[in-house]
Amino acid sequence: MTRTCLLALLSHWRRNPLQLFAFLAGLALATALWSGVQAINSEARASYDAAASTLGEGQFDQIVPKQGSSIQQDQFVNLRRSGWLVSPMLDARLGDVRLVGLDPVTSPSGLGAAQTLQSAPDLLAEGAEGLFANAETAALIDPSVRVTIDQGVAPGVAVGDIGVVQRLLARDDLSRLILLPEQPLRQPNLAEIAPELRIQRAQQGADVGQLTDSFHLNLTAFGLLSFAVGLFIVHSTIGLAFEQRRAMIRTLRSLGVPLRSLIILITAEMLTLAMIGAGLGIVLGYLIAAVLLPDVAATVRGLYGARISGTLELRAEWWLSGLLLAFLGTAAALASRIWQIARMPLLASVRPRAWVMATERRFRFQTLGAVALLSLSAVLALVGHGLLAGFALLGCLLIGAALALPALAERALTFLQRRTTTPIWSWFWADTRQQLPGLSLALMALLLAVSANIGVSTMVSSFRLTFVGFLDQRLAPELFLQVDTGEQGRALEDLLSVREIELLPLKSTPAQVAGRTVELYGVRVGPTYRNDWAFLDADPDAWDRVAAGEATVLNEQLARRAGFWVGDRIEVTPDLTLPIVGVVGDYGNPQGQVILSEGLFSDLYPSIYASRFGIRTEDPHQLRQEIVDKTGIPANAIIDQAAVKALSLSIFEQTFVVTSALNVLTLGVAGFAILMSLLTLADLRVPQLAPVWALGLTRRRLGWLELLRAVVLAGLVFLCALPLGLALAWVLLTIINVEAFGWRLPMYLFPVDYMLLGLYALVAALLAASWPALRLMRTPPSALLKVFANER
Amino acid sequence: MNAKLLIFLCLWPLGVMAQGFGGLGTEAEGFATPQPDPTFIFPADHGPHPDYRIEWWYLTANLEGPDGTPYGLQWTLFRSALAPGEGEGWQSPQIWFAHAAVTTPERHMATERFARGGIGQAGVEAEPFRAWIDEWSLAGPDFDNLTITAAGPDFSYDMELSAQGPLVFHGQEGFSQKSAQGQASYYYSQPFYRIEGTLSLPTGDVPVTGSAWLDREWSSQPLSDRQSGWDWFSLSFEAGDKLMGFQLRQTDGTSFSASTWIAPDGTTTAYPDGAFTAEPLARTMVAGREVPTRWQVRLPDRAVHLTVDAVNPDAWMDLSIPYWEGPVILSGSHKGRGYLEMTGYE
Repeated sequence: MTRTCLLALLSHWRRNPLQLFAFLAGLALATALWSGVQAINSEARASYDAAASTLGEGQFDQIVPKQGSSIQQDQFVNLRRSGWLVSPMLDARLGDVRLVGLDPVTSPSGLGAAQTLQSAPDLLAEGAEGLFANAETAALIDPSVRVTIDQGVAPGVAVGDIGVVQRLLARDDLSRLILLPEQPLRQPNLAEIAPELRIQRAQQGADVGQLTDSFHLNLTAFGLLSFAVGLFIVHSTIGLAFEQRRAMIRTLRSLGVPLRSLIILITAEMLTLAMIGAGLGIVLGYLIAAVLLPDVAATVRGLYGARISGTLELRAEWWLSGLLLAFLGTAAALASRIWQIARMPLLASVRPRAWVMATERRFRFQTLGAVALLSLSAVLALVGHGLLAGFALLGCLLIGAALALPALAERALTFLQRRTTTPIWSWFWADTRQQLPGLSLALMALLLAVSANIGVSTMVSSFRLTFVGFLDQRLAPELFLQVDTGEQGRALEDLLSVREIELLPLKSTPAQVAGRTVELYGVRVGPTYRNDWAFLDADPDAWDRVAAGEATVLNEQLARRAGFWVGDRIEVTPDLTLPIVGVVGDYGNPQGQVILSEGLFSDLYPSIYASRFGIRTEDPHQLRQEIVDKTGIPANAIIDQAAVKALSLSIFEQTFVVTSALNVLTLGVAGFAILMSLLTLADLRVPQLAPVWALGLTRRRLGWLELLRAVVLAGLVFLCALPLGLALAWVLLTIINVEAFGWRLPMYLFPVDYMLLGLYALVAALLAASWPALRLMRTPPSALLKVFANER
Repeated sequence: MNAKLLIFLCLWPLGVMAQGFGGLGTEAEGFATPQPDPTFIFPADHGPHPDYRIEWWYLTANLEGPDGTPYGLQWTLFRSALAPGEGEGWQSPQIWFAHAAVTTPERHMATERFARGGIGQAGVEAEPFRAWIDEWSLAGPDFDNLTITAAGPDFSYDMELSAQGPLVFHGQEGFSQKSAQGQASYYYSQPFYRIEGTLSLPTGDVPVTGSAWLDREWSSQPLSDRQSGWDWFSLSFEAGDKLMGFQLRQTDGTSFSASTWIAPDGTTTAYPDGAFTAEPLARTMVAGREVPTRWQVRLPDRAVHLTVDAVNPDAWMDLSIPYWEGPVILSGSHKGRGYLEMTGYE
């Protein structure tokens, strides 16, 4: 009997291949969206991890030169011989690869580069010969160098014994020294034995990972949203598959199939199909990721210097989570449907209207849930702290809004129905209301997709706008140059002072302010600062007071972390407390900054000379040549900032490509969900349309009304999605970003973009409805007539 | 230091000593091997022998504070070669590492250092004698008059050493056999140092005096693949005689022993396998393992029948390569003090 019953169930799909396709495609698309985003995410994260651990020496204090970036090897030996336990590091670029040389014998345990190596002993045993790098990086290294493949090394980095790296770079010095955590009892002062070196304390909680995460957050948000969208789509697909087979289930039960066997069979059948659909979706997601990943890789590399491998690895976490999504969605949908079947009287009518009545109770529950979730999100927004609360807020807001959608739509439709006087329109609204339960899940998916698009594109656009402004401010000087000695700096000042060219010397030193390690800057306040620097908040005469040495400006990171703002006073040194007159945005920089006037800085740190300069000029090429000729500063020490700016902007264009690709994808998936819902409902609706047809409405007219209905519903969804999307963007920008990175992105609105998105949503709904409408227009009159002949 | 790397480094030589890994490093690929009837040339042979795989300058001292408290001191510099010979700069195949420890009846403090050869961070020069790693050093105008210094996170010491007797050579004129299969090392000692100086301990500085024993040994294949560890005794009797004895424990439960009787004037008598015996009398739970800390030591030829007790049973060298090393007190047929090293107790 089991076999016969199963054959009967499966025969439904044979007779309705389109429904089978819809079922599998719905699941596949939902899984694909999720697993695609996950694949990109996990690939990016894995690369960050490798990068962060390769740069893991950041967790140790280091000894670095006060000027320049070179320490003589004798100095290292001298320090060791004086009882300073340090380990040498040399790192420099060779072509496209960052070479990191270390001494495995003295390096501390946990030193990233050595730690990640699968074969650290070989570093020493065979270190005299070669480097270690992952397969992709190895391909970039001169073939004459022996490279051992080690996937634990960050992309773009090759690790080798310090001796090998010195030889490859043709150098005999070191870049810096790692200060081992445990030092002996007796130790002379560093200033006595190596006055040209200084200790740079480990960056606490600020490493490359934190930086790269700010872009990653975009993708994480998208992943979360796509999960929600995917769940709704899976749920609605399963629900529809059940609706279509309601009659068959009644027939099977009437023929004597026990309820229990039927439930087991249906469950097994549905879960098997779900897994097939999910499997297809994972393959599809992999393809999506493979297409998008090179863009993401380029974005991250350009933004932060961390490299993502351009190749995808099939990581268990994302394909498993894709399967889990499909499984959970299927199981959740099945549970409620099976509950219905189990409680349904054997010969109960399967008339949709009856079902609508039954679902009114579900609507009430949904509405209650929506109210609870939205209230919770309000509470979280007011009192929540931390990143987790931020994401919980995001989740509550999204699911709550989605659950509230059917009830809101119902209200709106009832309102419209009451306003109409003609019978046709009265029927139209009533019929739309009746379709609501069948379409509600697809509509929820559309709502989430549209609002996610609004939210994420608002975030990305705001990010871009802010960042471009920031680049304009920070990269305002056309030339930027770095000098090795104070003499070079003075030569430069002499050269430019006669030319009346604005020179912006930048003196800086690490310091402890408000219990944090910050970078203290001495700047020459001039037109550039006054005109190009945008404050987040400032007193009107801020720069005048800074120039007079009476006040200071902080970057936002320090201001927010240390709890200062304009008007407060901050202790810059034990003897100097200054009022804060301005806070500037400093995006993507984890470190705190305190900005003083050049004069005040020189009083505090007389020995530190400016090693970096910005130069304002209208003819950067000529001036650059002149500086090289007259001061002996090497050309490679002078950076053309316009080029840097152009590069940074092109990177943001890449971010946009990824974002818009994902936008199109989510909308496409939501549109597909609507299509499938309408197609499924179309068959069920023939009995309801037949009387209207019989009363004189042409099939053509009915078809147009179907299209109109889709547009009206999509319009309703869009009206709900707009505020939801903006709320989403607000949460992303002002809550999650601040929690994650300590700086708040100003939120910009892009009404034209939103209108365009609304249009896309309408088009998606229209496209989705056009096929069912066309089918309706072409329904043979005989089929409609049959409704009156058949007893249902 | 990276754990994987350490295991690699430690395979040889201390690993062999400390853990007795069967089969590892028992071959001497490309390295010179000790040959019988050696001729030593001094002071050159106080310096390093880079053609041999392993070598050490191993100083232990029994000290006494003003109140009679016994202390122990260790300063050891190891040389371990990845390949025979020397190289320029970082290319040198020589790895240096060192252990320093101070034992009091209540505490045992130990620390270690690592260095690459070829860059000046560590090394040994024969004349004037100078052995160093980082700021630790054992140096002086000649091998008879040395100063020694070392520091860890919780202790440091500065000592003066002056030899009161000649160098002594173990085995056959300094050719010391380590197994019946023929493994051997070059091995001589200066057991007659008088030592004085200051220990800086967490409780304060302590002026100390006592006697010290410096071992020099180098080889390329010290253990046979059937040997799992060793127990090494350097004992100084009140009458002025000294006894060096070791047993290499073998995996079949037997052991290979050798010993040298040193008269107060430095004349030596070497004893073959089996003459010297050491039996554990009591064990102590140290660092999660049972280590013998009371021994019965016999050398019937010299009527030696001793009980050897650890001054501090907890003298565990909790370093990259863990082992037990600490001062001991002698009772029984002879009275005196000494040092005990035990390796391979896992």
